[in-house]
Amino acid sequence: MKKKKRVGYAKYGYLFSLPFVIAFAVFSLYPTLYTAFIGFTDLKGIGKTTFHFLWHDPFLNFRTILTSPTFLIALKNTLVMWILNFIPQLALALLLAAWFTNRRFKIPGEGAFKVLFYMPNIITAATVAILFNALFGYPMGPVNDLLTRFGILSEPYNFLVKKNVARGIVIFIQTWMWYGYTMIILISGVLGISPDIFDAAEVDGANGWQTFWRVTLPNIRTILLFTLVTSLIGGLNMFDIPKLFLLGGPDNATLTTNVFIYNQAFSGGYLYNRAAAASMIMFVLIILSSAVLFYLLRDKDEEKLRRIEKAEAKKERRAKKEGAR
Amino acid sequence: MSKSKKHYGARTIIFIICVLLAIISILPFVIMLVNATRSTPQIQAHAVSLIPSHYLSKNMKILLGKSFKPSVGFMNSMIVSVAATALSTYFSTLTAYALVVYDWKLRDAFFRFILAVMMIPAQITTIGFYQMVYRIHMTNKLIMLILPAIAAPSMVFFMRQYMKPALSLEIVQSARIDGAKEFYIFNHIALPIMKPAIATQAIFTFVSSWNNLFTPLVLLTKQNKFTLPIMISLLRGDIYKTEYGAVYLGLSLTALPLIVIYLALSRYIVAGVALGSVKG
Repeated sequence: MKKKKRVGYAKYGYLFSLPFVIAFAVFSLYPTLYTAFIGFTDLKGIGKTTFHFLWHDPFLNFRTILTSPTFLIALKNTLVMWILNFIPQLALALLLAAWFTNRRFKIPGEGAFKVLFYMPNIITAATVAILFNALFGYPMGPVNDLLTRFGILSEPYNFLVKKNVARGIVIFIQTWMWYGYTMIILISGVLGISPDIFDAAEVDGANGWQTFWRVTLPNIRTILLFTLVTSLIGGLNMFDIPKLFLLGGPDNATLTTNVFIYNQAFSGGYLYNRAAAASMIMFVLIILSSAVLFYLLRDKDEEKLRRIEKAEAKKERRAKKEGAR
Repeated sequence: MSKSKKHYGARTIIFIICVLLAIISILPFVIMLVNATRSTPQIQAHAVSLIPSHYLSKNMKILLGKSFKPSVGFMNSMIVSVAATALSTYFSTLTAYALVVYDWKLRDAFFRFILAVMMIPAQITTIGFYQMVYRIHMTNKLIMLILPAIAAPSMVFFMRQYMKPALSLEIVQSARIDGAKEFYIFNHIALPIMKPAIATQAIFTFVSSWNNLFTPLVLLTKQNKFTLPIMISLLRGDIYKTEYGAVYLGLSLTALPLIVIYLALSRYIVAGVALGSVKG
């Protein structure tokens, strides 16, 4: 009787997920397959939709992209800018998370700080990019004004024409926009740890430093993995800031792969086929690197868990012994 | 005694560092807002000032005299963001409901599929998406930015995780006994229970839709269809090259509504970020 009823309702499961399935098929799945397909064709030129499959050499576009110096520069820039923004961003976020969750001292105005640190993340990236372009203006942008007024620079410095400086500013903007977000995520991770573990650490006489490395960090491993993977995917798709801050310049110094793809497809030769090939290369790269990260961190996680369980069992035995005594 | 003193010292240092970080986080916006009220010669003489001037209306005249139309961008962004948010929260909750309440053969496979595609970024498929939209002559139609919101895998995942403990199947069962139809039960019983989760997700979908640049930039070529982020990119053009005050004003006009809404809802937003990470 009961089973029959279930079967009767099963159709609603299909019915209610149907809008999602249709929308996903039309707006995600089909474009993905279509992009992959275009990568094997000669589709280019503004407004063109007709194309031929490259029977004689299907991987032509992929080879062109992978040997294109500009693409390789863009890929290198993207990776460098992501890594150099992620390290300080994570370090700062971890430090702040450790401070804000420390049970020994409560920081006054903690709530207000969280709100202010997160604020840059909510503002449109397009606005931020153009604002920073104005802030670092030469000769009399606000940054130059401050630095010359306080005597740090004797004369205005043209930040935006030096390759490494421009890249450094993009890295700074990314860190500045994202450290508050990462901090909030990590704080919620730390608050999710059972207080008993911290009690145990305190009883064992661990100082703040030890507690952080031995208790806090291992226990937020999953959240760190989440942060790492989402930041990596976001970083490999960096577009708004490099596109509008300096249009990928100077001399391609802030060109990212997504800006490259956009420029290939929607300016100059309108090379949709090459842009599609580049998209697919990035797609594979994103999947591979996330898979590797998941694999690496998951294994260690389980290992740690086993070790912690062992240690806890030991502690329990010791506690029992002491209790017996 | 000495221990609490040590904590006091550490607390002071931490507090000072936090104040410095807070200044770094908001100073660019302060400079932007103040400079929006100053004239270009004033900005050229000293680009940083904390004292507003009285050139706001003059800057406004210069700004609006050219191609930058904040009201058009604002309206288009509002249409896209409101519609996308409504669609994606409603249909994600509906899909989550299908996953939680009903027992169907492909349910687990479907859920695994959602987990698998959750991380795929939209930008990767843009070329195919653009070609598809171009072929059916739908570029410059805002609806093409709205409809894809129906399928939001990561939101489905979030809603399912939230709904599982929050919605008891007994309530659904008793509503059935009372003669309620399935769709009615979803709209009148499940949706109200999901309100906190919907509110959180709605804020973030709205903000990310509002701030999205890539897809609109690809699809929209007509000025009267531009969303705000594309409108903002015009401020980088040559026509505003020497009008510093007007550029700062344009940027302020785009950032100020977000800043005001953010400060008003900040407590929920910060809590929402934390919630998203734990559930997601």
